[in-house]
Amino acid sequence: MTISGAVAQLLEIALALAGAPLLLGWVDQCRARLQNRRAPPLVQPYRVLRKLFNKESVVADSASALFRMAPYAKFGCMTLACAIVPTVSTDLPLATAADAIALVGLFALARTCLALAAMDIGTAFGGMGARRDMLIGFLAEPALLMTLFCVSLITHSTSLANMVETMNRRPFGLEPSLAFAGIAFTIVSLAENTRIPVDNPATHLELTMIHEALVLEYSGRHLAMLEWAASLKMFAYSCIGLALFFPWGIAEIDTPLAMITAVPVLAFKLAIGGVGLALIETISAKMRIFRVPEYLATAFLLAVIGLLVHQLLGA
Amino acid sequence: MRALVEQSINLYAAILLIVSFAMISQRRILSLVHLYTAQGVTLVLATLTVAGLTRQPDLYVSAALTAVLKVIVIPLGLHRIIDRMNVRWDVEPLLNIPMTMLVGIVLVVFSFNLAMPISQLSSSIARGTLGIALACVLLSFMMMIVRAKAIPQVIGFLAMENGLFFAATAATNGMPMIVELGIALDVLVGVLILSVFMFQIREQFDSLDIRHLEQLRDDGKDER
Amino acid sequence: MIHIDWILLIAGGWLLLAAVSLLVLRATRIVARWIFPAGAALGLGLLVVAIDAAFSPAEVAELLIGLPGLPMHLRVDALAAFFLIVIGAGACGTSLFCAGYFRTEEGTAPGLLSFEYHVFLAAMTLVVLADDAYTFMVMWETMAVSSYLLVTANHRLASVRNAGYLYLLIAHIGAIALLMCFGILQDNTGDYRFSNLRAVHLDPVWSSVAFGLAVFGFGAKAGLVPLHVWLPEAHPAAPSPVSALMSAVMLKTAIYGLLRVCLDILGGGPWWWGMVLLALGLASALLGVVFSTVQTEMKRLLAYSSIENIGLIVTGIGLALTFHAYGMTALAALALSAALVHVLAHAFFKSLLFLGTGAVLHATGERNLGKLGGLIRTMPWVAWLVLAGALAGAGLPPFVGFVSEWLLLQSFLLTTILPNSFLNMLIPLVAAAVALVVALAGYAMVKFFGVIFLGQPREEKLLQAHDAGSWERLGLLWFAAGVLLLGLFPTLLIELVDPVTRRLVGGGLAPAVQANGWLLLAPSGIDRASYGPIVFLCGVGAATLLGLLIARGLFRGTLRRAATWACGMGLLPVRDQARLQDSAEGFGQPIRQIFETFFHVSRELPAPSDVRPRYRVLIEDRIWLGAYLPIVRAVDAVARQVGHLQQGRISIYLLYSFLTLLVMLLLVRA
Repeated sequence: MTISGAVAQLLEIALALAGAPLLLGWVDQCRARLQNRRAPPLVQPYRVLRKLFNKESVVADSASALFRMAPYAKFGCMTLACAIVPTVSTDLPLATAADAIALVGLFALARTCLALAAMDIGTAFGGMGARRDMLIGFLAEPALLMTLFCVSLITHSTSLANMVETMNRRPFGLEPSLAFAGIAFTIVSLAENTRIPVDNPATHLELTMIHEALVLEYSGRHLAMLEWAASLKMFAYSCIGLALFFPWGIAEIDTPLAMITAVPVLAFKLAIGGVGLALIETISAKMRIFRVPEYLATAFLLAVIGLLVHQLLGA
Repeated sequence: MRALVEQSINLYAAILLIVSFAMISQRRILSLVHLYTAQGVTLVLATLTVAGLTRQPDLYVSAALTAVLKVIVIPLGLHRIIDRMNVRWDVEPLLNIPMTMLVGIVLVVFSFNLAMPISQLSSSIARGTLGIALACVLLSFMMMIVRAKAIPQVIGFLAMENGLFFAATAATNGMPMIVELGIALDVLVGVLILSVFMFQIREQFDSLDIRHLEQLRDDGKDER
Repeated sequence: MIHIDWILLIAGGWLLLAAVSLLVLRATRIVARWIFPAGAALGLGLLVVAIDAAFSPAEVAELLIGLPGLPMHLRVDALAAFFLIVIGAGACGTSLFCAGYFRTEEGTAPGLLSFEYHVFLAAMTLVVLADDAYTFMVMWETMAVSSYLLVTANHRLASVRNAGYLYLLIAHIGAIALLMCFGILQDNTGDYRFSNLRAVHLDPVWSSVAFGLAVFGFGAKAGLVPLHVWLPEAHPAAPSPVSALMSAVMLKTAIYGLLRVCLDILGGGPWWWGMVLLALGLASALLGVVFSTVQTEMKRLLAYSSIENIGLIVTGIGLALTFHAYGMTALAALALSAALVHVLAHAFFKSLLFLGTGAVLHATGERNLGKLGGLIRTMPWVAWLVLAGALAGAGLPPFVGFVSEWLLLQSFLLTTILPNSFLNMLIPLVAAAVALVVALAGYAMVKFFGVIFLGQPREEKLLQAHDAGSWERLGLLWFAAGVLLLGLFPTLLIELVDPVTRRLVGGGLAPAVQANGWLLLAPSGIDRASYGPIVFLCGVGAATLLGLLIARGLFRGTLRRAATWACGMGLLPVRDQARLQDSAEGFGQPIRQIFETFFHVSRELPAPSDVRPRYRVLIEDRIWLGAYLPIVRAVDAVARQVGHLQQGRISIYLLYSFLTLLVMLLLVRA
């Protein structure tokens, strides 16, 4: 572990923790402007977090330790996810501990913890939210895995740092399997981050809640942790997509100083990504809950077709 | 730059495959027509690219013909038919959509596997895409089988012809001009006859559901 | 010669305990306090000896028990030692649990139960040690019969008797197939020792027939589709420790047999052998996991989950066989290592889960998921230990279930280079199916843990549930520790598995793994793929602590306990309030809707005029209805026809004997 590696790692973690709510705020702003509304200020998520942290947290009588620990566990998982995804540099000491498959496992761990915590209180909303979230998860997880496999087949590796470096060094080409993987990845990240067209992050109607039903019982600092963790998850997903499909500008092991330029490049890419996300959210309508498995099955099949096309055209 | 252009053929093939899959998973007839138009546009671009790379003037003519026929004339015709018969509703599949997509994947694997040895014999630059073209043909054929209304079947027939056209471009750098013109005429006449047929079905049964045609069999019972 | 002597001593010790328990048939205290703990100690001894034997050269022994001229040949090599590890670990933990569990009546005298239990353990050990077909089959049958007796411990219930009957029937059909397989393997030489079977050279047709029979025979015992129908019946019928032992250890002896016959004796075969196993394994995995998500009884859920895990193991073995057929040793070693690690992982977490259900059953008397709930408050030990098992069963890092999943997915990724292009294209599809199975397994585990332990109790009597006793806690702790520690040190698992893969496919992962140290698991080089569970766990732990610091340290929020808002239903009694949460059917309903084609669903809907409306949904296995019931009806019809021979009149019977005599005389004359 070199000094530059440690610096890169800490920089990434700090950037993720500090910058994830900013990304959320930017997406909210873009969406508001597209929908002809007055936009909330960019730092609104930070204010929400501070408010929630200072509020009293009300916990049900029947809640067990699982309920109280789950928000911190999810936060921990998402922080590690942000730490191992190469956002500004591929020289990450922690990245050897978890490759692409372990990353998917990390997301699954967070989702399971939260689903169990939702079932802990024993109200109707908790169980319903857990059931719906696991339904989305059981299709989104293999689709994400297959998408990462598409890229792994091209780069002959599942280590994220190695994948990004190989993608960066390849000559620019139009690979159909990458196109399929990219579309599938977009669909999966929309589903996993509870965005329209899969889930409305601002609704509290029983018919339409998925993620919100999971966190309905939380308040105060636990809810703050969960909101922060959700923004970290979106940050992680955006960075994975950018790192795999648009890897230009990321520093490598032998160019540590490139980290200085990598941060503004990342900010620029994330800004464009945020506009794209807001556009998708504004154009689409939320789907019926039982169309969501079909939608995710489409992503899954697209990723599988991408693999097959790679075998046909590339192998 | 040349390598990029060559790779773009792979991209067009991939887009064709996605569009074929999208067609079998569509629920609305109007989007089917739009997808068919998109297929036509992709075909034109692919033909133009192959024409540019192999410097065959025939293919320019063929691309122009395709553009006029498949991007403008036939979609316009289909839109008019849909408007006149007022058939904007659901596609009504005979097999549910996830199952259709699974069968589609099996067909894709089958055609990829079939095309591997053949594409090694070809000398065209687009030879790797023969498998994809074959897959498009099979998928469109399957769409014709598992749809209960007449218009999706017609579109499936047209999409099959698109797949064949792309296969020809991929395997042999385009077909001789006379064959092209012959096929184009066939398709046009076929669509004309099919549209007349559809009007007749509509008049007879007051619906475009082809399952009504099953009544037209002779099994000794009284015909209603 | 020292390891095999120790192992035989341990097996003999178990048989001795069995004999002693026959003497103390009804003395529950002696059986529970002394005999089961002694059995557990023997299991621990077996574990230690087997670990040592795994790294030593093979040893043989000959026992002069048996028919004259047919002594028992026994042999311990790397493959046998690995499965002895599984047996030892499973026996140790389960026996510890039994010491606390079998203190109440189970429908059979405790001494008899202990006798059958220890004979079962000894028989499994000897199956793995067997070096000739005769010993193998004798011990196989002993294992089947003793487990049948254990399954029907509660024989006064008709459902238990039926389940046991089905189990015994399918076990014997499998045994017949195995007998025929061994008959083919010896190729008319008359010598059934495995060393001879290895040396015999069969022509390809016969070796494929032997392969097919072996898959049928061992598949019947392992629970491969379509011979899986006995598993969901037998596991719920048996007492929980017996289910744990059967699921964790007995199914693995079938896997041992499969590996022994296919890779060791037959030495691998054409590529389509691997494809057959791959197809059967995937079918079992998909069917098992889809059915487990819609079950309403906790042990049936776990039984179907066992079918799924066996399917994954067989998929790995099939992949290894395919690679072996093409001579790709490194990939074959990777796939086989994945399968073997999953054998050990499944033994640990499935035992943990089944023993947990045993504790719940004893505490509440309920096995139906619809009558449980909220047990994490009254049974915290059981709940938290079972949580480890559920997370491992869902394949989540850093537990041991993730390691085998990781290795299996790695072996899919590195396969772009198979000579057969058709197989090349099938591999991504199989990888996709495996990913789907693992995700659904997570769903089933969340349902299992959430409905039993979390939420509100669905019955009043659940509030009086007591936690498990100290022996039971010890048994659960043994398996939970294994699930966590084995997950944190996967390099140890690889080193353990290495001699086995070296023996079977000629290559192993240990050198590559050892080169990267004990922290990281990197079977093909750090830049290709690596996984470091300890760093992973520390990373998550550190980040969680950071979150705690920020939340509690920087800010001034407080915490208050209050009653939960139940949409105004707070005036209802507790039991009816608990009805607001998801039932087991409700939690599995989305999966049932998506995978409707897999099931045969029969619904009982109330009529509008019903005074007491009832709604029932019965989910049945299509294979049972479509494949087994017609065979049963056909056999019934034939039996009825044959039954016509039984006229009941003595003169007819005398006529039969007379006719037989005439025919014999004719034949002798010719």
